[in-house]
Amino acid sequence: MKVAATLMVNGTSYPVELDPHVSLLRAVRDELGLTGSKEGCDDSECGACMMLLDGEPVNSCSYLAMQAVGREVTTVEGLAGDEEVGPLQRAFLQQFGVQCGFCTPGMLISATALLRSNPAPSDEEIRIGLSGNLCRCTGYDGIVKAVQQAASGDVPPMRGAPVHADATPPHHAG
Amino acid sequence: MSPSFTSASTLDDALAAVASGARPVAGGTDLVVGARQGKAPLPNDIVAIDRVEGLRALEISDAGLRLGTLVTHGDIVANADIRNRFTALADASAIVGSHATRAQGTIGGNVMNASPAMDTGGPLLCFDATVTLRSAKGERTIGLDALWTGPGKTSAAPDELLVSVDLPAPGEGTGSCYVRLEYRRQMEIAVVGATAVVVLGDGNVADARIAITALTPTIRRVPAAEKTLVGTAADADAVKAAARATAAAATPISDVRGSAEYRRAMAEVMATRAIAAALTRARGGSVPIPASPAMYGAKES
Repeated sequence: MKVAATLMVNGTSYPVELDPHVSLLRAVRDELGLTGSKEGCDDSECGACMMLLDGEPVNSCSYLAMQAVGREVTTVEGLAGDEEVGPLQRAFLQQFGVQCGFCTPGMLISATALLRSNPAPSDEEIRIGLSGNLCRCTGYDGIVKAVQQAASGDVPPMRGAPVHADATPPHHAG
Repeated sequence: MSPSFTSASTLDDALAAVASGARPVAGGTDLVVGARQGKAPLPNDIVAIDRVEGLRALEISDAGLRLGTLVTHGDIVANADIRNRFTALADASAIVGSHATRAQGTIGGNVMNASPAMDTGGPLLCFDATVTLRSAKGERTIGLDALWTGPGKTSAAPDELLVSVDLPAPGEGTGSCYVRLEYRRQMEIAVVGATAVVVLGDGNVADARIAITALTPTIRRVPAAEKTLVGTAADADAVKAAARATAAAATPISDVRGSAEYRRAMAEVMATRAIAAALTRARGGSVPIPASPAMYGAKES
């Protein structure tokens, strides 16, 4: 039986009906329609589902949605402004830290958590901070460079049309 | 019956929930993963205890260290006193899971999960940790050897919650280390692990604690190996003899992470590394903790 609950995601309150056993990832993707976070291994191994819970990283595939009630959840959609992606995301694009893109939402969330607790990480600290996230394309070097660039604060705006964050859920409740 | 989920805000609420049959979840890093891997289905009735007030206190004094059950691995690594005085515990918490696991995973959940491969188990045993279990009827304090009864099994009653873990202060001249054999630094558990806590006095080993991880049904100390080391000057031969005695206590299984034969062969290697690093630290030498504490917002002291 589903129970009524409220999830706070990227600053928006979503009234939802949750199965007590459903994972945070499934709830956010299927109930809220925020599909930026990915299901990779569904076993806390790959980090594609990474979200922030009150600012701390969590493998949302293996975390009960009910346990997130009353906490602030941040997904990759929450890292972008309305008109343009954020500086960390631009750095990923500029440093070729993205290839197929499947790991990218989780990488961005883990990198955000890292930079919050350690604003000037060393190369090794970046690799440790992101080592719960698997990437099968880039070889990681571009990702590490992107986090270095974001930490430096020197991330020029992208040329061309602004990137629109596709962050509006199908039944926006806020 | 349809599943239920409640979130307790006080310890009394949590104790009442477990007394009526609900199973507790704290950091939530093991429960869902365990269910998915077929270890145990998700409990029908779940009570979240991660927001119970007062259970995340971390107190360190001359008497020792008290970890509230909700203290996270990240909290442990970030604490300079723990890194200096209970270094093996910091070694272990620094490599549990990933940044996310360490941010969410709690010491209480780790202990009660009772995995024979858990990283913090060896250090806790070697530091003589006791755990306090509370139920609506009262509380009791027991050693970890009395708590862990088998892989994933404890002597705790279903209505008992672990509320704190206590470690007495190690004496002057103590050095400690936990090392593990692993295939990947993150999201990995020990293929083989070893812990050593040594106390040096006048250059000789006054006391020694050695424990093995993922080599026996529960993590355990190896008194025969400890005796081998005590009274020696901790030279290479003494370390080798102690490591050999440590490996002799191993009764490993074969599983996806390694064969029994491989584990037995590696037991001596890991014990040697743990003892050597603990001795180096006891002598004032530097052996860094394996993940940077700066990741957890810790300022170098």
